[in-house]
Amino acid sequence: MSSTPYRTPEPDSRNAATVGKSVRIVGQIFTKEDLYVDGDVEGTIESLENKVTIGPNGRVQASIRARDVIILGQVQGNVETSDKVDIRKDAKLVGDITTSRISIEDGALFKGSIDIKKPEPKVAAPTPVAVVARPAEPYSAAASGAAALSTAAINR
Amino acid sequence: MLTERLLSIFRKENDPVSNGAQLAASLSTGSHSASATRSLAASRKFNRKEALTRQSRGLEQFFFNIRDVVGLSVLDCAGASQDNIDFLINLGHKVYSQDLVRNLDEAFGLDLTEQTNPSRIEYFLKQNFQYPPETLDGVLLWDALQFMSPALLNATVERLYEVMRPKSYLLAFFTATERVRDVPSNSFRIVDHKTIALTERGIRPAGQVFNNRNLEKLFGKFESVKFFLTRENLREVIVRR
Repeated sequence: MSSTPYRTPEPDSRNAATVGKSVRIVGQIFTKEDLYVDGDVEGTIESLENKVTIGPNGRVQASIRARDVIILGQVQGNVETSDKVDIRKDAKLVGDITTSRISIEDGALFKGSIDIKKPEPKVAAPTPVAVVARPAEPYSAAASGAAALSTAAINR
Repeated sequence: MLTERLLSIFRKENDPVSNGAQLAASLSTGSHSASATRSLAASRKFNRKEALTRQSRGLEQFFFNIRDVVGLSVLDCAGASQDNIDFLINLGHKVYSQDLVRNLDEAFGLDLTEQTNPSRIEYFLKQNFQYPPETLDGVLLWDALQFMSPALLNATVERLYEVMRPKSYLLAFFTATERVRDVPSNSFRIVDHKTIALTERGIRPAGQVFNNRNLEKLFGKFESVKFFLTRENLREVIVRR
C-alpha cells in the first residue's frame, strides 16, 4: 500500500478565461467558460455551467454562482454551486455556501453556513414509447357468463 | 539493542520535529517496557501536533438529544474541518462554522484585560454571533469559553441565549483544575457521535476558574446544565436552552 498522501490536483488556469493578478474588476462577470480569478473582483461572478477558480492571489468580494468553485485565495461573499465547492489550504471564505458537495482542507479559514442541497435529477429527453398493436382479446366465456348472470339477475 | 533504540528515542524527544507515531512504530518492533511506555507518554506530551482520540460523554449526549431530527442549524466553533462538516451534514443538518478561538485572538489578542472593553466586546459578538433570534438548534462551543474573561463570557452567553432556539443544546468544555492559570487549547474533530480527536494548538491563559457553581451561575438563564467530568480534568457541559 502506498503511503504517499493523496494530493488534490492543482487547478489549471489554461483553457479558462483569466482575470490576472494585476487586474481589478468592479461589476458583474458572466461567462460560459471556466474562469480563473487571480486578481481583484468586486460584484458578482456567474458561470452556471462551468468552473470558477479563485487563485492564490485572488481577492473577491462578490457572490459566486457556478457549477464548481475552487478557492485558493480570499472570498467574501456567498457561494452557490450546483456541484462542488473546494476550499483549499490557506484559502479564506467568509460567506454562506449552498452546494451539493464540499471539500475543505485543513488550514483553510471558513466563516459562514453550509447548506447542502441534493443535486437535481437530470431530466432525460422523452423517449418515444413503442406502441405495439395488441391482438384482439379472445372472447372470454367466463366474463360473458358473469355478465349474462348479472343481466339475468337484473331481469328477474 | 532495545537500549539503543530507547536512547535514540530519548534523543528524539529533544527534537521538536520528533513524531510520536514514528516512536510508537519503532517500539512496536521490540518488547515493551515501563521506560518505553513512559518515553512514549513523554513524547505524546511533547508533541503538540499529535491528535489524541478519546470518547466524549458530552458529545454523545449532545447528539443523543438531537437524534432523529434532520434539518437543524448547528454552529460548530472548532473552525472549518472536513470531518465535522461531513459528520453534521450526513446527519442532515445545516452547518454554521467559525473558529471562535482564532476570532478571540483577532479581536482581543492574548491579553485578557483587553476583553473588558465594552465596544470591543460588542464588535466581537457582532462578528461571531450575528444571527437572527432563535436561529440555532445546537452549538458546539468546544473549549472556547474558558479563554474568555468574565465580562466577555457573560456577554457571549447572553448572546447565545438569544440566538439559540428554546429546547436547543450547547456543548462546552472547561478545565476542571482550579489552580491552573494556563490551559491547553485544542482543535476538535468529530470522529463519531461519541468520539473526538483533539490536537493541541497551544497554551492559553484561562479567563477564570470554572467550578460547578460558577458554571451553573453562568448558565442560570438556561433551562438545565449537565456536567461530565473526564479523565483529562475537563468538565464537559451540556446546556439546554
